[in-house]
Amino acid sequence: MGYTVDDAKLLADRAKLRFSREQLEKATQELNDMIRYVDQLAHVDTEGVPPMSHPHSFANVWRDDEPKEGLSAEDALANAPDRHGQFFRVPRIIAGEEEG
Amino acid sequence: MPAGTEYEVVVGMEVHAELATRSKVFCSCPVSFGAPPNTQTCPVCLGMPGALPMLNRRAVEFTIRAALALNCQITPFSKFFRKNYFYPDLAKGFQITQFDAPIGHDGWLDVEVDGEVKRIRIRRVHLEEETAKLTHAGDDIITAGNSLLDFNRSGIGLIEIVTEPDIRSAEEARAYLKKLRATLVAVGVSDCKLEEGSMRCEANISVRPKGSDKYGNLVELKNIASFRAVYRAIQYEAARQSQVLESGGVVRRETRHWDDAKGETAFMRSKEQAAEYCYFPEPDLMPLEISEEWVEEIRRGMPELPDARAARYMRDYGLNKEDAQQIAESKELWWFFEQTAAKADGPEVAKWLVGEISAAANASGVELSQSRLRPEHIAELISMMESGKISGKIAKSVFEDVWATGKAPADIVRERGLSQISDEGELRAIVRRVIEANPGPVQDFGAGKERAISFLVGQVMKESRGRANPQETNRILREELARAME
Ligand SMILES: [Zn+2]
Repeated sequence: MGYTVDDAKLLADRAKLRFSREQLEKATQELNDMIRYVDQLAHVDTEGVPPMSHPHSFANVWRDDEPKEGLSAEDALANAPDRHGQFFRVPRIIAGEEEG
Repeated sequence: MPAGTEYEVVVGMEVHAELATRSKVFCSCPVSFGAPPNTQTCPVCLGMPGALPMLNRRAVEFTIRAALALNCQITPFSKFFRKNYFYPDLAKGFQITQFDAPIGHDGWLDVEVDGEVKRIRIRRVHLEEETAKLTHAGDDIITAGNSLLDFNRSGIGLIEIVTEPDIRSAEEARAYLKKLRATLVAVGVSDCKLEEGSMRCEANISVRPKGSDKYGNLVELKNIASFRAVYRAIQYEAARQSQVLESGGVVRRETRHWDDAKGETAFMRSKEQAAEYCYFPEPDLMPLEISEEWVEEIRRGMPELPDARAARYMRDYGLNKEDAQQIAESKELWWFFEQTAAKADGPEVAKWLVGEISAAANASGVELSQSRLRPEHIAELISMMESGKISGKIAKSVFEDVWATGKAPADIVRERGLSQISDEGELRAIVRRVIEANPGPVQDFGAGKERAISFLVGQVMKESRGRANPQETNRILREELARAME
């Protein structure tokens, strides 16, 4: 039962993280400990209780459609590891990973 | 499949349209097309850690408006989700979107193909955020060494409109896309410019033997950037998939890219493994409670939809159905129509709009509203034709000058000396010259050949450079011929 090393590897791949075999084994054990802890909730009777997405009961928290000035291009780009003119520059897209 | 099997194509469409709000959906950055790169950003739309989104009420209102225009039900209790994936155009690593409770659901849009009305069901209309704009520094997506990012677009409100798989041909897909655009533009929620990317379209395409009730394997088609492209891409893909099945193969579940220049689709990535987006409720945004009162208020304030507008033009201005529909589906055309028809005969204005004016706009690539042509110009041209000052043929020539220069038609007619010759004496002199110069046809006419007269009318027109009044010419020509026969 619980998470296997392969599950942990899949999770790491999705998060774009690279681990050694030992690190993965350690992470697997820690993940299983956490899941076991949270799993206590599975024993509670939740029949007829709707899922809760937020721990508050507010709704419709919004603002009016008023534009405000944001950052200058220089400020926006200040932390960029790489830039080209006023663009952020990033490494090429790997074929097959495109989204959106 | 046995040889000779007939196939049908099954298409579902997914359209994204940028909302025409003044500010972005989760931050207050301004929305404007064409600003210099990265000048309309803030920590929220740059995805800086700790920055918190704040919902734009008007974006919700616009989504409800779009959903109502598409005959949808409105979800009374709606919320936002995080869709997690890695791609450079998404700085946060997730997109704020909707999942199990879209703002609008279960609607429909009627489209007309070859005179038949077809109802396309709308599965859902939801609100989400735009990604940043990614451009590739190399020639194309495969060879690009680097990609450049502009976050001006990041966080602009976006509605996603998904149909049921009800579309059965490339024509229906194109008609749906046109009608959808006309509808969204009419209710003022988006400018829907396919060329500028403020409206984008994806099609899910499969084929199956005609009459089957099972669906084939889906191919997702991307990069459809025009009405022409949606038509050609679906035609191509339907033929490709039919061919695969005919030769005993299996259509693979994959995403393909439409290459408009080559006129074909190309493999992008496999979809054999379902994408895992780990959707979960967005903890930084509170749920939406959409009251019936609010929905009713929005419904009452809805602008006129294209079908209602077309019906009104047929009823109030006497337009035929084709002209009425074509004009009602384009804000460019209907605005101009209403301005002009206030001063001139409606059907005549419509004829100019769907004819010469649309042709000139297409040929020059200039939108009507950006052109030099004013409604008064067309009203004046029509009135000069009606009063007999110029012929229809001359009017078209004058129109070309008006389109090019923006000058008033009356000025062009005066400057070019184009006004119609209706003066009896002047016309009679031309007619006599023509009779004298053409003894053959005159004799033919005398021998009972009615057709000879149209040749002679043509000669009068030529002689007068098209300015002779046709009715008067005809009358005088017959008089003069009768006299010549005596
Ligand atoms: Zn922003």
